[in-house]
Amino acid sequence: MNIKIMQKVLQANDKKAGELRALLKTKKILMVNLISSPGSGKTTLLEKTIPLLKDKYRLAIIEGDVETDRDAQRLDQFGIPVALINTNGACHLESVSLEKALATFDLDHLDLIFVENVGNLVCPAEFDIGEDHKIGLLSVPEGDDKVLKYPLLFQEASLVILNKIDLLEISGFRLEQFEQDLYQSRISSQGLAPIDPSILVSRRGGEERATGVYTQYMTVANDDANKAEKQKTKGINQLKPHLPLIQISCKTGKGMQAWIAWLEKEIQKKTSSL
Amino acid sequence: MHEFSIIYNVLRAVEDVAKQNHFNQVDKIILRIGKLRQVMPDFLQFAFEASSEDTISEGAKLEIIEVPITIKCLTCQKEFEAKRQTYICPHCEGIKLEILSGKELLIDSIEGEKAE
Repeated sequence: MNIKIMQKVLQANDKKAGELRALLKTKKILMVNLISSPGSGKTTLLEKTIPLLKDKYRLAIIEGDVETDRDAQRLDQFGIPVALINTNGACHLESVSLEKALATFDLDHLDLIFVENVGNLVCPAEFDIGEDHKIGLLSVPEGDDKVLKYPLLFQEASLVILNKIDLLEISGFRLEQFEQDLYQSRISSQGLAPIDPSILVSRRGGEERATGVYTQYMTVANDDANKAEKQKTKGINQLKPHLPLIQISCKTGKGMQAWIAWLEKEIQKKTSSL
Repeated sequence: MHEFSIIYNVLRAVEDVAKQNHFNQVDKIILRIGKLRQVMPDFLQFAFEASSEDTISEGAKLEIIEVPITIKCLTCQKEFEAKRQTYICPHCEGIKLEILSGKELLIDSIEGEKAE
């Protein structure tokens, strides 16, 4: 006997994630899911970020690690709630474990939850945990070819952070190639289109890069270069914002401002949402 | 490594459906997996054999249908298959595209024996 099912394999995970998302919406808490390879600097980024935000916002961290509480210990110094999830071998966090971690927090008194996922570029991208945004963190020494090798993450992410830019010169990392791949890989059924390369080129000519945030690079709903040029001159309303890339160095502090600004804007959006 | 998690979820879902339909044995499970999911079919088979022991799916055949990445160009409206991760329309070089398939992660169907 044959039974047609046509059910999503991760249906149970997605359902739970949906419940968590609804809960966090009610509580007006922003939750961001940091995803990267081991060693890209997720924990260091949090160590540098928390002091800049903790006097202004109520923060918490969910720390996912395969084994040990080493990262959780590093983050314990800030006097904010830290929930540790040891996955005991699993390579990513799932919504069921997130629910348990969230239960340890006082959700009536939080603005922002950072989730540090297990170091891995593949699996965490696959699993919805109820976050508002997935953030893909990549570091310069990993190489400029990761976007096309790990396409799912870069399609799911709302923001990409390139860390360790203090190593750009000695690493041979091709920033142009990286950006090109990032924009080309960005297709989605939700109607987000990749950047129009003609705009990228024409804008790159004269404009200075504002602390590495490519907010000035917008995509246009038409890939005809002439029309795009016309739309550009018509004003920003014609353009659709695109996947932002923030370049930072946790070591020197460069670019941190742009990252903090991004977070603050998202917190405002969340707290002012109905 | 997400193959093990996927199989774990498959086994759980199959168990539910099999119970609802009073199966005492599952003979075959068919999955549909999009190529954007970066799932390795061989490793999925391995994970299935390792994890299905002592479940209703033990000994069942796992069939994996790989779904190609098909894309529609919103500029010229033509459809094409993305063979590598290069997302440019081969007909008009358009880059405003829409994914039609390739993200699937579905249990298509199961076959089994009903308990008498």
